[in-house]
Amino acid sequence: MDDKKLQVSAIKDGTVIDHVPASGLFKVINILGLDKLDKQITFGTNFESKRLGRKAIIKIADVFFKDDDINRIALVAPEAKLNIIRDYKVIEKKIVEVPDSIKGIAKCMNPKCITNHEGIVTKFTVVSKKKVSIKCHYCEKITDSEHMEIF
Amino acid sequence: MENKNLVSITDYSKEEIFEILDLAAEFEKNPNQNLLNNKVIATLFFEPSTRTRLSFESAISRLGGKYIGFTDASSSSVSKGESLKDTIMTVANYSDMIIMRHPIEGSARWASEVSRVPVVNAGDGANQHPTQTLLDLYSIRKTQGTLDNLNIFFVGDLKYGRTVHSLLQAMAIFNTTYHFISPKELRIPDEYKLFLDRKGLKYHEYRELEELKDADIIYMTRIQRERFSDPMEYEKTKNAYILKNEMLEGTKENTKVLHPLPRVNEIDTNVDENEKAYYFTQALNGVYTRQAIITHILGLK
Repeated sequence: MDDKKLQVSAIKDGTVIDHVPASGLFKVINILGLDKLDKQITFGTNFESKRLGRKAIIKIADVFFKDDDINRIALVAPEAKLNIIRDYKVIEKKIVEVPDSIKGIAKCMNPKCITNHEGIVTKFTVVSKKKVSIKCHYCEKITDSEHMEIF
Repeated sequence: MENKNLVSITDYSKEEIFEILDLAAEFEKNPNQNLLNNKVIATLFFEPSTRTRLSFESAISRLGGKYIGFTDASSSSVSKGESLKDTIMTVANYSDMIIMRHPIEGSARWASEVSRVPVVNAGDGANQHPTQTLLDLYSIRKTQGTLDNLNIFFVGDLKYGRTVHSLLQAMAIFNTTYHFISPKELRIPDEYKLFLDRKGLKYHEYRELEELKDADIIYMTRIQRERFSDPMEYEKTKNAYILKNEMLEGTKENTKVLHPLPRVNEIDTNVDENEKAYYFTQALNGVYTRQAIITHILGLK
C-alpha cells in the first residue's frame, strides 16, 4: 500500500513545498503562477499538522524556483519548507523566510492609500513575521494577514 | 539635517525635533527675516484648509519669500485628471519647495519621492500632519518649560483625530503619561494603546470630562456629527465634552488648554479669557514653527 502511495506522489526532479497553511494553498498557487505551468503538479490539502492545524503540500515536477519567487510566498506561507528533488532524492532544503521589507507583492488594505489611486509599486516594512502583518511605506497603515491581497 | 523632506513626524529624531523647536524660538523673538529672498514656495492645497494654508503663507511672507499654488483641487489641473506625480514633477520646476495638503493618505511620501525639491506635508488624509505636531510640541515646551514627564489629557474625538495620534506618538519619547477622555464611539484605537504598551508608558481612559487636576496639558478636539453611526449617540454626547471655566478650577498653575482649531462649541467662549487658555497663542506659534521648518529644510538656518 505504501509503495502505491509513493508512486502517485513522488517526483523524480522538482520541488516539494511543504508546511503551507491550508488556507494559503491557492494563494501560493497564484503567486507562483502554477496554474500556467505545463509540468506535472500534485497537491494535497487539509493534512493534519501540529504547527499549522491544517496544512497543504505541493509537488511540482521539473521546476526549480528562484529565491525571489520563494520570498513571494512567505507572505501567505511564512513557515513553508522547500525540498529540492533530484533523482528522487532531497538534495537541498530551503526555508521560506519573511523578508524585512516587501516591494510590489501585496496590496495595501487602506482604500484611501495613494497606492490604490495611482500606479505606484507598493512598499511595506514587515512589522510581524509570525502572523505576518505589514506597514505601508506610504500611508503608514498596517495590513494584517487576514486582509492581505496578493497581486 | 539629513531629512530633506518633512512627511511624517516619525521621520524626525529627538535631536531634530529640538533643532526645529529652538529655531522656532528664535523666530518668535525676531519673526521678520529676509531669508527667503528670491525663493518661490509652492503651496498646493488639493483640499481646502484655510487655517493651515494661511499659517504657511504668513510664515513665507514674514521670511520675504513668494508663494504660488492653489487653494483647492477644483482650481487646478487635477480636475482635468492629471496624476499627482505629474502635478508634482511640474510644480517642482517652478519652485524651491512644495508644501502640500492632500486628502489621500501617503500622497506626501509619494510626492517626496518624485519631487526634485523638498516636500513638506501639510496633512495627508487621516495620516500625518507633522507641522501641526511640531507646533504642538513647541507650545507644550514653551508653556511647561520641558517636554519630559508631563500629564497630557486628550479630550473629544480620539478615534479619528489625526493631531491626537501624531502628538501621542511624538510625545512617547518624553515619558509622557496619557489620559484619554472621549465618548465610547470615539475612543482611542487599540493600535495606539498597543503602541504605548510596547513603549511601557502609562495611560488612563475616562468617559467623563472631569478629574483634570493632574493635567499639565489639556488637548481639546472637535467632535463631529458625521463621525457617529447613530445620530442619537451624537445628540447624547455632544454636550458632555465641553470644557467650561469652572472645570479649570483646582487644576495646576501650569495647566494649559490647547486645541488645533477650528473650535465649534467644545470650549466655552468664556474660557478664552482664562489665563490657562492657550489655543490662539498656539496658532501663532504655528507661524514660528513653520518658519523654522522651511528655513531649516532649505539649509538657510
